[in-house]
Amino acid sequence: MEPLIYELGANGRTGALLPKLDVPISSMPDADWLRDELNLPEVSELQVVRHFTNLSQLNYAIDKGFYPLGSCTMKYNPRLNEDTARLAGFAHLHPLADASGAQGALALMVHLQDWLGEISGFDAVSLAPAAGAQGELAGILMIRKYHLEHDGEKRTKILVPNSAHGTNPATVSMAGFEVMELPSDTNGNVDLAYLKRICQEQREYIAGMMITLPSTLGLFDSQIVEIIDTVHDAGGLMYMDGANMNALMGIVKPGKLGFDVMHYNLHKTFSTPHGGGGPGCGAVGVNARLKPYLPGPVAEVAEANGEEPPLYRLAIPEKSIGRLKAFHGNFGMFVRAYTYIRINGEDGIKQVSRHAVLNANYIRVNLRDDYTVPYDRYCAHEFVLEGHWADVPSVHALDISKRLMDYGIHPPTNYFPLIVPEALLIEPTETESKQTLDGFIDAMKQIAKEAHENPTLLTEAPHTTATRRLDEILAAKQLVLCCAPALPSWNIEEKKSREGSLT
Amino acid sequence: MSYIPHTDAERQQMLSAIGVTTIEDLFEAVPASHRFPSLNLPEAMSEMEVMAELLAFAEANEHSQDYVTFRGAGAYHHFIPSVVNHIISRGEFYTAYTPYQPELSQGTLQVIYEYQSMMCALLGMEAANASHYDGATSLAESVTVALEVTRHKRNKIILSHSIHPQYREVVRTYHQGNPALRFVGDRGRADIPDLIDMLDDSTAMLAISYPNFFGQIDDLKQLADKAHAVGALLVMVVNPLAMGMLKSPGELGADIVVGEGQSLGIPLSYGGPYLGFFATRQQYVRKIAGRIVGETVDTAGKRGFTMTLRPREQDIRREKATSNICTNQGLMSVATAVYLSVMGKAGMKQVASLNYHKAHYAAQQINQLDGYQVDMSKPFFNEFMVKCSRSVQYTNDQLLNDGIIGGIDLGEYYDHLRGVMLVAVTEMNTRDEIDGLVSALERIAKE
Repeated sequence: MEPLIYELGANGRTGALLPKLDVPISSMPDADWLRDELNLPEVSELQVVRHFTNLSQLNYAIDKGFYPLGSCTMKYNPRLNEDTARLAGFAHLHPLADASGAQGALALMVHLQDWLGEISGFDAVSLAPAAGAQGELAGILMIRKYHLEHDGEKRTKILVPNSAHGTNPATVSMAGFEVMELPSDTNGNVDLAYLKRICQEQREYIAGMMITLPSTLGLFDSQIVEIIDTVHDAGGLMYMDGANMNALMGIVKPGKLGFDVMHYNLHKTFSTPHGGGGPGCGAVGVNARLKPYLPGPVAEVAEANGEEPPLYRLAIPEKSIGRLKAFHGNFGMFVRAYTYIRINGEDGIKQVSRHAVLNANYIRVNLRDDYTVPYDRYCAHEFVLEGHWADVPSVHALDISKRLMDYGIHPPTNYFPLIVPEALLIEPTETESKQTLDGFIDAMKQIAKEAHENPTLLTEAPHTTATRRLDEILAAKQLVLCCAPALPSWNIEEKKSREGSLT
Repeated sequence: MSYIPHTDAERQQMLSAIGVTTIEDLFEAVPASHRFPSLNLPEAMSEMEVMAELLAFAEANEHSQDYVTFRGAGAYHHFIPSVVNHIISRGEFYTAYTPYQPELSQGTLQVIYEYQSMMCALLGMEAANASHYDGATSLAESVTVALEVTRHKRNKIILSHSIHPQYREVVRTYHQGNPALRFVGDRGRADIPDLIDMLDDSTAMLAISYPNFFGQIDDLKQLADKAHAVGALLVMVVNPLAMGMLKSPGELGADIVVGEGQSLGIPLSYGGPYLGFFATRQQYVRKIAGRIVGETVDTAGKRGFTMTLRPREQDIRREKATSNICTNQGLMSVATAVYLSVMGKAGMKQVASLNYHKAHYAAQQINQLDGYQVDMSKPFFNEFMVKCSRSVQYTNDQLLNDGIIGGIDLGEYYDHLRGVMLVAVTEMNTRDEIDGLVSALERIAKE
């Protein structure tokens, strides 16, 4: 294993080179204000480079191989995006620059807002949310504020299907609403009869509904228009979780279906990298009635006269739910998404979703003989299969996932959605070639065979990775969360007594 | 279509395997009247053309590589060692997902563990999470933790007015769904002793900024004892670069330390992506949101790392989770881990010292000019307030002609600070640049 950075140091060794002080020394604040120690690593630059390079090589990544992680859209992250985001005029632009000194950045934001609105059929877009979950919070807070202004305080409930991402119910609670969980029908869609009944019974209390389209099972819900109408009839607003937007570009516009608000994940659909957990961007699109409530700031045209280039500015919408973070969002992600839409253009964007869906269906039909595919019909950009067999009860979805690692492939999403037992959610994305898909299909078929012939190959997998299965119970029990020795206690009395005991 | 690898022949083979004629046949479940809309987007462009367009956008901005910058207010022009960008540009880091499969993610997991460790050392805390979106959202999440720790029996949150104004806006945005909550302390000019007077047994937390938004270092010695005496948590919003020099929040008794990590190896980038850090004492770790990495062993007994305390998180706890956060600022915490490693103990002390002395030199020079008065009433770190005889807007417009980006106008955020500029000086500002600022200001006041 690679040692910890703290294990590499030597007292007095330095890494970065800084300039000498070129101004006179000023008097320092009282010693009470100054710290005595700072327990940071003492390593050379080469040690830093080797250490983090070695660590990087313990990671799996899109750059290394196939990453069919359902609901995460692990598509290729174009290198051009990285170069444009790092252009000096973007990377070194201060967030509180005067609008007159940020016209290029603001123009980019206005165009990106417009394009995202066009792709999903919404009237206005705010790029402010930093991630999908923050976009959800923004959307539900907009729904809350809308109702408060139109209907008072009685609408307190949000409908969430039991197949939803965990962020949906968590968001509902965070925004001060109550979750009403909706069952799914035998097709994996929302149970429409149940929905209609609840919308009748709870008519006055329903604030809205959150739904993922296509669903988290990777299915287009053919009843979607009826669902939207049912909730609207009860006075509720419709939130679309746009995590699966990679299936919809040029296929259908959620805003035109009747959704009131949705979030995009620029780090899924628009190729900005996942970064090992972020940063992302969870831009939100809304129809005209929610536009005044958008989180701020949004970029807009301040002045346009004829042939002159327009003048852009940032503005907080009239009845905004407020700021979601300091400044104006994860701008670096805006540049990457802009770059991606620009290079694809209209036709390219349409082909993205078509090919994402083609790839998922191709894998589905090739695995249906070896695995149970619970909803075996045309899927969207992903599909779910059951990772177990009745005749090999010792093998679970997790074991299949771990065994895939030995084939050099990242596992699909495990145990989500919750409504399918032993779920494996497979999303190939459009950027994978037929050869790659065939390699994955072969590996999955081979693993199904192994499961029946030699199940311990699976239950003890992985065999070839940097570590074997990790003891997660021990991690939670011992809670070793940092390796730097703690600083002296802040409590002066305790410190004195400890010093006393040393002397 | 440049990133789609399918050939016509492959497409045909795939379609016939599925049993359809065209890709469009796969979308029968989409309502026909809404299917296949037109998209009014621009035509595709080549890589060269896209780069040329974006270069033109970028160059239309006034940025800190072309202009001498004295603007801070929560985002700073600092030195970033080259190694930081080289490491985070490795595809193994930036094209990986969240480390849910630890056997394939030991790189990311160990970096987060080391990030947590270095942040704890810097802040004097015992546990840190893997990040929030930025300093403001970290502060907003600290409110949730304080409410949890005090078992939702308290509803008063005391905020200092000298916390970044946008952070205080974000806190209110996050908690608007909880109308029982009362935010007090930040609408006027309450100083630390006034905030102490507001503490009572309904107070869940008191939050201050260290150094504060005006760059000043308040006297915080009594604060922790006073907050703890009524059972409230003390939350500090910290400029982490200053911790190369100043007593850590842990030593001052903070229970939760949050702030913006942009100073630690992350470019300005017009406001993001940045890094919200969040650290606390071990006793509160089960109450905090966000990903946390812990040490463990694998089945062969070898050391390894994994995400831990997972049952706190939204994908498991669903509507009972205290936060919906999942994607965070992952790669930015890698940048900060590399930054803190290469700067190390000596580098962090040195960079803090450079900031302090350069800022004080600038403040002294400006304070000697006619028409300017620097607020020297409290010690400060790398930012200070200058009362200008001309309007701040006018002064900044004139400075820009000299290629200088001046400080922000505090009057935009505080009524009592009209005509006051917040000037930031960092290690990037040479003596020549500071002298240039001083002589430009002198000239502007006389014009």
